[in-house]
Amino acid sequence: MESGTLRFKSNGFPLDAIDMGILEALQTDARQTYMSIGKQLGIAHSTVYDRIKRMEQYGIIKKYTAIIDAEKVGKGKIMAVMTVFTDPKESERVAEKLCEAPQVLEVYSSLSEELQIIAKVVAESQESLHDFIANSVAPLHGVLRIRTSMVTKKFKEIPLSILNDPEG
Amino acid sequence: MTAEQTKILRTVPREKAFYFFTSIGNYTGVSAASLKEFVEKMNEVNMKSLEFHLYRGDLEKWLEEVLEDTQLAEEIGKLRKINLAGEGLRNQLHAAVSRRLKRLTGQSGSLAI
Repeated sequence: MESGTLRFKSNGFPLDAIDMGILEALQTDARQTYMSIGKQLGIAHSTVYDRIKRMEQYGIIKKYTAIIDAEKVGKGKIMAVMTVFTDPKESERVAEKLCEAPQVLEVYSSLSEELQIIAKVVAESQESLHDFIANSVAPLHGVLRIRTSMVTKKFKEIPLSILNDPEG
Repeated sequence: MTAEQTKILRTVPREKAFYFFTSIGNYTGVSAASLKEFVEKMNEVNMKSLEFHLYRGDLEKWLEEVLEDTQLAEEIGKLRKINLAGEGLRNQLHAAVSRRLKRLTGQSGSLAI
């Protein structure tokens, strides 16, 4: 690892190879100690502490959270990908409304031939998924039609990470 | 027109409208907010949608709980039990709903299918 190499800037905050190394370590396991991260990177734990505090202050590290297996806690037995075709004038508002629903985990917009909002949805059952879409999504102003695909098998799911930057 | 007829024939708010789906989560983009609109949309909607809703009991539920038309809901319930499918189902459904609509509005002419 090249120490001191500028990798990218975030709101004017330059991140060097040490910062990137710390971020990678935290994304692997955010509960590991400063000592452990320091050992991996060959730096003092006090440096790790200082860098982490600085990145927290600058909002580069937003928060520390847990990745929960929804199936094991009995939530989200059904997962579906919902594509909502919308009137372009209303798409922003539709997306905002979807974001408010606890059943909706992720919301994206996509422009192909038509404007689409793509959302990942979880529900207790097919029936509750249908009720949610029929009662809370279809009636939203600007919704033209909806296509929903039920997820039958999960092959990969990881949070967005600097570790899986496709550019390497 | 009686208060009951007025109630059944009213246009309901958007969130109470009937939304036609073809399967779980697949909305056709067709909805109806009144009995009159319901009978019109029944002709344009995909056949699969009518079958999907009839056999789930959605049509009866909406007629009974939203439009509060118990009589028509019962009639639709009878159609569900005779296992109709395809255009035969559409024709029977349309006939039952438009007959009821005519009775409620006092029209004597027939509604085109």
